[in-house]
Amino acid sequence: MGFVSNDIIVDKYLRKDMLPTIFCTGCGIGSVMNFSLRAIHDLNIDMNKTVFVSGIGCSSRVPGYIYADGLHSLHGRAIAYATGVKLANPDLKVVVFTGDGDCGAIGGNHFLHAIRRNVDITVISINNFIYGMTGGQVAPTTPLKSKTTTTPYGNIEYPIDLSMMAKVIGAPYVARWTTAHPIQCINSIKKALQKTGFSFVEILSPCPTSYGRMNKMGTTLDMTKHFKENTINIKLYEKLIAEGKTTDKMIIGELVDTEKEDFNAKYKKFCGELK
Amino acid sequence: MKAGIRISGFGGQGIILSGVIVGKAAVNQGFNAVQTQSYGPEARGGSTRSEVVISDEEIDYPKVESASVSIIMSQEAFYKYASRTKREGLIIYDPELIPDHKIDGDFKLAEINATRIASELGTKIVANIVMLGAFNEMCSLLSKDSMTEAIKDSIPKMLDLNLNAFEAGINKVKLVK
Amino acid sequence: MTNDVIRLLGKNQLFIQGDEAAVYGALIADCRFFAGYPITPATEVAEGMAKWMPRLGGVYVQMEDEIASIASVIGASCTGVKSMTATSGPGFSLMQECIGYACMAEIPCVIVNVQRGGPSTGQPTEAAQGDVMQAMWGTHGDHQIIALAPKSVQETLDLTIEAFNLSEDYRVPVILLLDAEIGHMREKVVLPEIKNVLVEERVPATIEPDRYRPYRTGFTRSSKVPEFAPFGSGYRTYVTGLTHDKRGFPVTTSADVHEELVRRLVEKVQDDIDSIWYYEDSFLEDAEIVVVSYGTTSRPAASAVKMARKNGLKVGHLRLITIWPFHYEKTRDLLKNAHTIIVAEMNLGQMIHPITEAVSSDTKVILAPKIGGAIHTPFEILKFIEGEQ
Repeated sequence: MGFVSNDIIVDKYLRKDMLPTIFCTGCGIGSVMNFSLRAIHDLNIDMNKTVFVSGIGCSSRVPGYIYADGLHSLHGRAIAYATGVKLANPDLKVVVFTGDGDCGAIGGNHFLHAIRRNVDITVISINNFIYGMTGGQVAPTTPLKSKTTTTPYGNIEYPIDLSMMAKVIGAPYVARWTTAHPIQCINSIKKALQKTGFSFVEILSPCPTSYGRMNKMGTTLDMTKHFKENTINIKLYEKLIAEGKTTDKMIIGELVDTEKEDFNAKYKKFCGELK
Repeated sequence: MKAGIRISGFGGQGIILSGVIVGKAAVNQGFNAVQTQSYGPEARGGSTRSEVVISDEEIDYPKVESASVSIIMSQEAFYKYASRTKREGLIIYDPELIPDHKIDGDFKLAEINATRIASELGTKIVANIVMLGAFNEMCSLLSKDSMTEAIKDSIPKMLDLNLNAFEAGINKVKLVK
Repeated sequence: MTNDVIRLLGKNQLFIQGDEAAVYGALIADCRFFAGYPITPATEVAEGMAKWMPRLGGVYVQMEDEIASIASVIGASCTGVKSMTATSGPGFSLMQECIGYACMAEIPCVIVNVQRGGPSTGQPTEAAQGDVMQAMWGTHGDHQIIALAPKSVQETLDLTIEAFNLSEDYRVPVILLLDAEIGHMREKVVLPEIKNVLVEERVPATIEPDRYRPYRTGFTRSSKVPEFAPFGSGYRTYVTGLTHDKRGFPVTTSADVHEELVRRLVEKVQDDIDSIWYYEDSFLEDAEIVVVSYGTTSRPAASAVKMARKNGLKVGHLRLITIWPFHYEKTRDLLKNAHTIIVAEMNLGQMIHPITEAVSSDTKVILAPKIGGAIHTPFEILKFIEGEQ
């Protein structure tokens, strides 16, 4: 991968008349958008044949800034809308941007079933552990004890792990990184975009404005430090387990990379057999 | 001409299919026909009814009120629907399924041991087709050709068995009143 | 496509259910995407689509729920493929948010609602007309959908084709209001030859992409419906449920942008109401009493009116085919000579409201309701007529 300047990314891929973005200072969503566009640039993907789909929430604003077909759908429904797009026109590349609440709470069922169906879409889930757009309420991913505007005394609900869910249900590609891992993010997004079937990239992303401020991490630097301290690379994790040790840190890295026939291929095959 | 046929019994007897065959036969013969049904949520057991309105004019109201012909395949259905037959109308029933078939009123009654005949042919699931044979014999409304064609169209897979059942119904039905 | 269906069937005359007729109507209208979720009494629509779609180059998918069904239908329609789903009351309630999305983003789609007794799970196998108001007002905010109510199996087929045509023409969701009775009723249906069917297509964007504004109207036609650029066609459109400007970009705090958009969404349909509003009338010329009905209910209503006429009563019948938008002026005009209007419907009073609003204040409007599952008998409606003599 050669280094491309931001100017080229902005010029080639963004809708200039939609800028500036609505993202707060220190928010990681802009970084994830940047990683994604760099991956697309490196792969030379045809933007006339790519559709970016999203639900509702901060992360779901990403497709609005990208100069391509965009479908800003309803809260939680991005993956269901994307399923319709991909099944109706298999020639289109479909990329979903979704948040942790959008994907894990209100849209959890669609997430689960799109994986089960193995729809050929790439889902990039930007996990900031909180509902940012509405001002910082508890999310299904919010860690225990974390403070949010709706858990002022600390969260008592166990969080879900989106990547592990994707792995268990059978997604052929799953990776998780943080915004502090730009190169790894770009590489995983590239692999996800090239994977046939449901590919999932979860990126832990700072929301200093809501999550950070309420949990004594008011700057991006604080949050980045927090991510580094509280995540463990899968390779190290596996070594740890082999040594009989354990950790409650969040596992990052490439969690699944396998091959699995997708819905469109199976559908096309059986239609052919009917004739 | 306007006739209402009500077929009743329990789920799994092919009551609705029988209605569909009668409806198709009527359409084959150039009549208008509407077939409706009523059944509970369960696929087997429970009471089931299928109604067919046949007319040479456009059919507005699609339901049968007093039936010209009642084809009945369960005791419960007999209690419920036998009396809802027109005066001088025809009631066809399987006496082995309906031991209590006493009924007052000005009706024609025809008996056919459809379930037994069907079992003898190999499977009791064709009892409904035996009943249709009896119907065809006792009632001149629809031609044998139209009925046969409708059976062919509806049950192509076990056609011979069903055509035998239909013939048996024609041959073995008895007018008892 | 219709000719393929006839070829595969080996015949063009069928004795089928209303639900199945909706399938054939959709196939003839070139529907190529169906997503649904099993629900009584609409399941036969999904089953028919599961059988036919793979044979005709279309897509059938059973989604995880009704929300996902309508959501994927909208996604598919964004690619330019005609798309449909089918459901009943509980599923229709779940679909409401997405129906609003389709109104706002102007994405054509057809929703078959085979009505059953409600509220809630209610009477799954029994007929009702309890979703008539919901069809228009189930989703939040000002908007205008189109809803059609057939009375027979053949008309279900014909109106399904029409539902697609209207949906494509106006870029609105069109709701086909069946009920459990008509959905499961079997009648003769003749599949029309393709040359005898009008199948409308969405007006495509033809202007060069950099001048294209997804929600600007009047590029190639005078109506208030914008031209459509399917995903993947190089126009790079942005589709959102937020209030948006003509570029399709969110503008959520401008009163002017919101008012212009929402007024257009309503007016694009309302402006053409004369050509969208279908009805059938009989004996209205000298009628002092008029029975107004729609869907299945118009069948016992027609019988009752004929019986009353035989008895020498001056009774007429107005059958609404287009339920929404409701044509107030035309209704008032059709009913102007009657002193009493009897609205027969399988609910505790829904269409009676716009009808009452439409007619003059000295016209008596009474309700002939029916709930519980059985359709009205002609005698029940006749009693209402005789009571008003």
